[in-house]
Amino acid sequence: MGRTLAAAIGLASIAAATVASAEPPAGAASCSGCHPASTRVTSPVPRLAGLDQAAIVRAMQDFRSGQRAATVMDRIAKGFTDEEVQAIAAWYATQK
Amino acid sequence: MKASRREFLKLGVAASTALLPLAARAQGAAPRVVVVGGGFAGASCARALRQADGRIAVTLVEANATFTACPFSNAVIGGLRELRAQQFTYDRVAADGIVVARAMATAVDARSVTLADGAHLPYDRLVLAPGIDIRWDALPGYDEAAAAQMPHAWRAGEQTLLLRRQLEAMDDGGLVVISAPANPFRCPPGPYERASLIAHYLKTKKPKSKLMILDAKDTFSKQRLFQAAWAELYPGLLEWVPLSKGGAVTSVDAATRTLMTDFGRHQAKVANVIPPQKAGRIAEVAGVADGTGWCPIDPVTFESKLQPRIHVIGDAAIAGAMPKSAFAANSQAKTCAAAVARLLTGATPSAPKLINTCYSLVAPDYGISVAGVYQPSASGQLAEVPGSGGVSPAGAPRATRAAEALLAEAWFRTITDETFG
Repeated sequence: MGRTLAAAIGLASIAAATVASAEPPAGAASCSGCHPASTRVTSPVPRLAGLDQAAIVRAMQDFRSGQRAATVMDRIAKGFTDEEVQAIAAWYATQK
Repeated sequence: MKASRREFLKLGVAASTALLPLAARAQGAAPRVVVVGGGFAGASCARALRQADGRIAVTLVEANATFTACPFSNAVIGGLRELRAQQFTYDRVAADGIVVARAMATAVDARSVTLADGAHLPYDRLVLAPGIDIRWDALPGYDEAAAAQMPHAWRAGEQTLLLRRQLEAMDDGGLVVISAPANPFRCPPGPYERASLIAHYLKTKKPKSKLMILDAKDTFSKQRLFQAAWAELYPGLLEWVPLSKGGAVTSVDAATRTLMTDFGRHQAKVANVIPPQKAGRIAEVAGVADGTGWCPIDPVTFESKLQPRIHVIGDAAIAGAMPKSAFAANSQAKTCAAAVARLLTGATPSAPKLINTCYSLVAPDYGISVAGVYQPSASGQLAEVPGSGGVSPAGAPRATRAAEALLAEAWFRTITDETFG
């Protein structure tokens, strides 16, 4: 009984860790309001899943500085710190 | 519930059997989350919960078989779009392993939700996403019967079509009046987008007609952009009467389609009364709505400040600086789902960041937007991140407005696909 419980707790923490690592960082989940999560959707707004991390970071920096023309992304990029942008970009780079 | 209870139980049993190997390690059951309300907030949250942790048994309670979206419903009123383009079923939501209970939730206690047929749905965490209800007692003369003469069209569906039919039946030269409420209400730029697209219809089809907005406010969302566009596109056709100029409607007479203000009376050929609103009824029943009629929440978890283990998202919530919009509802839904998934495993939710983006059409090829980024503030509210957000630039070329109109449509396709597709 004790061993079963210990094994069960072990299983639970592995599962929890898996869930935690897959969890999007702050802000990331909101992007898919405009950036399609699915390949089914036709949109001029690019899908972010699988994009190169550095490319996402650079785009966000350029939107924030005004170097890249934007409609809404200039206003949104200004709401995120460099660290947050790095985390969001890293997460999207690993998504399929 | 339209599906028989036995069918429903069968579904529940199937779900828990599939989860048994993992569930057995806990107290013999998968964590149960019930979500009430299948709009942009509720359906998004149900799906995000399954995505966050496939062990969670999620039930979505929704009385309607079909969801009718409000964003872009003003284009239906203006004759630019058909209502079926606004309608979505829950088939794909159910295919995610979510039990869709087609029923009205009638009661909530600390452990379970009661449905209209008497069935009980036990929960570990409850998410309420009931949207809005009309305050039928707030504007003298405006009750449910009056809404059949003077549609609100603020919950999309039959009311949307009624307003469109009234506009189509009106003779050229008629007066259309829109009454806009005081804050807060669903979709802050909505009345002004509606005015724009009705003005577009009148300009195109009934050019001798006039449109008047009677407003209970002196300022409104995207105001400078709307007013500049109106001067350009609809000069002499559209008049906005603010609170300080006698815009607040104090009572209505449905039989004569008359709107009374402190300054006078306006008899309309078509009257669209956008009345004061409150959180959907189940919020009040569950004890999560405060004296304002809306629901105070924790800005990290969206858990009610009035009832533990009940979360409130979407238009019903008091979300600080976040507007009551479909985008905000979807953003809150995913944030809340992540927090609930963590709370169910005993983990601490992390501080979120949320986004809102709202497009409005002033004409079919003329779009404007507002965007914002939000985070919990020291005072426990969702506040805009300083220096972020704002509206489309004033004086932008028509190509920019045309691009935003296309982006608005792309946004609708994207968010409805994520929520229902």
